[in-house]
Amino acid sequence: MIKVEGLTKRYGSTEAVKNISFEVDKGEIVGFLGPNGAGKTTTMRVLTCFLPPTEGAASIAGFDVLSETLEVKRRIGYLPETPPLYSEMSVCDYLEFVARLKGINSVDVASRVDTVIDRCNLGDFRQKLNGQLSKGYRQRVGLAQALIHDPEVLVLDEPTAGLDPKQIIEVRQLISNLSGDHTVILSTHILPEVSTTCGRVIIINEGRIEASDTPENLTARLQGHDSIWLELDGPTDQVESKLAVVPGVEQVTLADERSGRSAWQVQADKDPSVRTALAKAVIDAGWGLFEVRSVGLSLEDIFLKLTDSDPLLDYDSDETDDSEVDEGTSSK
Amino acid sequence: MRNALTIARRELNSYFTSPIAYILLAMFAVLFGYFFFSAVAFFVSYSARAAMQGGGMGPMNVNQYIVQPTFGNLTIILLFLTPMITMRLFAEEKRTGTMELLMTSPVRDYEIIVGKWLAGMLLYSVMLGSTAISILVLFVYSTPDWQALLVGYLGLLLMGGTFLAIGAFISTLTKNQIVAGALTFGVFLVLYVLDWVNAYSTSTLGKVCQYLSVAPHFQQFAKGVIELKDVVYYVSAIGLGLFLSKRSLESLRWKA
Ligand SMILES: Nc1ncnc2c1ncn2[C@@H]1O[C@H](COP(=O)(O)OP(=O)(O)OP(=O)(O)O)[C@@H](O)[C@H]1O
Ligand SMILES: [Mg+2]
Repeated sequence: MIKVEGLTKRYGSTEAVKNISFEVDKGEIVGFLGPNGAGKTTTMRVLTCFLPPTEGAASIAGFDVLSETLEVKRRIGYLPETPPLYSEMSVCDYLEFVARLKGINSVDVASRVDTVIDRCNLGDFRQKLNGQLSKGYRQRVGLAQALIHDPEVLVLDEPTAGLDPKQIIEVRQLISNLSGDHTVILSTHILPEVSTTCGRVIIINEGRIEASDTPENLTARLQGHDSIWLELDGPTDQVESKLAVVPGVEQVTLADERSGRSAWQVQADKDPSVRTALAKAVIDAGWGLFEVRSVGLSLEDIFLKLTDSDPLLDYDSDETDDSEVDEGTSSK
Repeated sequence: MRNALTIARRELNSYFTSPIAYILLAMFAVLFGYFFFSAVAFFVSYSARAAMQGGGMGPMNVNQYIVQPTFGNLTIILLFLTPMITMRLFAEEKRTGTMELLMTSPVRDYEIIVGKWLAGMLLYSVMLGSTAISILVLFVYSTPDWQALLVGYLGLLLMGGTFLAIGAFISTLTKNQIVAGALTFGVFLVLYVLDWVNAYSTSTLGKVCQYLSVAPHFQQFAKGVIELKDVVYYVSAIGLGLFLSKRSLESLRWKA
């Protein structure tokens, strides 16, 4: 359904996407995963005919994005990174406008609008002005807009950005329900999103595809590894060197630090004795130990391993990520 | 064409849901009223004096003494007001990201451009239409030549259309409405005063400037005369403006 061959996109001298190729079959839901600036939005803009490829080719349902743009555009529903809303229009008027723009017959416009308003839970906001909506609702209207002509292919750039947890689950559910008839490609930096909704993950970093596989297979690749959460009370500058020499430990990262306590993420062999050894090292050093637990391997770790570069480690640094790690593991 | 109309309708709605359309209409009405009133006042005092002197010149022509100067002055109002109509057309969509919606929807570039230009034309026509009330008053007190009047209106439409097409093009060049507006006004001013050099020069350059300038082409229309070369000028200027807009949208894709 979606075919990308040797796609390169340059903005002036910066190469945003470097010679990537992939295919998405009909009915598949594919997650596009990568850190900021990886080239996700750029790839999606090429797929939706917003930007032409610098080199290589891409096609949707057999239609080339460069030469058969109208055919491509007819088949695509696109949610851009910022929902393209006219702030002075009401939700209902806006969706009617988009419906006409997408070529829906005048007689069907009203029913299509009702359908997507229903699907995206916008019933109470019909008459509200787009400009007065909160970020999450703007995102929902953006999603409704992408679904309005019931397109064969959906390109969703960070569809759950800005939604509350309940909404995230609903949107994922909605996306999952689309599989089969619709081909979906969505981008995200949040890992649970792909493990819960996507049949396949494409990991992209610095414009290159690092991996493309099912979430299960990607996890299996890292069998034999474990991730340990360690909270202790000790001099931050010494902890890392002390823990790193414990047998079986591969990598030690500071995850959090407040009022004397620090939390560490330790990548290690999958062997319970590592945890005992870590605890022992902490006690021997005379520091206080608050917690040692295995958090299991999530896609997050795979992601970090595959895209291995320092700034990414920031992903672990806030609490919300804890729940994501948990969600990611529980879903497997 | 349906797509162009869809886009025009949305654009027109947005003019009227924001204060801009009302501000433009009010400013236009006030300025037009002022010009019209001074032309009428001049006409009344002048014809009274002519009557006292024995009236050897016959009845004075309403078209020549009221309609023509008023329409002439209207073209100056256009210079100021049309940039306000066009500056937001594309700049605003580029800024808010809605351009991405238009450009990924199954519509052709020219439909987007024609739709937007059409919306500007409709708003402008409403502005022009509002002048009809004053003009109709003339019919109560005298018998103006209505054909000449219609030709005058046609000229105003063509000239406004030219400004709107060029303004639309300039709006595609930037994300900032204010920049678009200022640039548009500057360009219009140059186009307007271009023929002034002709006062001092009879060279080819002078003639070229004379031809390129927007204002001289209106003079015959104001008199109620349709000249082919003037129509050709305006129509091709509109075509050029829309064509440049289309090219600019395309290059927007390539640069982005
Ligand atoms: N219009 C542009 N002009 C120049 N460079 C650009 C432009 N848009 C994106 N880039 C560059 O291209 C690269 C890829 O950007 P892109 O927006 O595709 O990343 P992304 O994966 O969507 O990131 P994010 O997760 O932050 O949305 C970045 O280095 C970015 O700086
Ligand atoms: Mg992006």
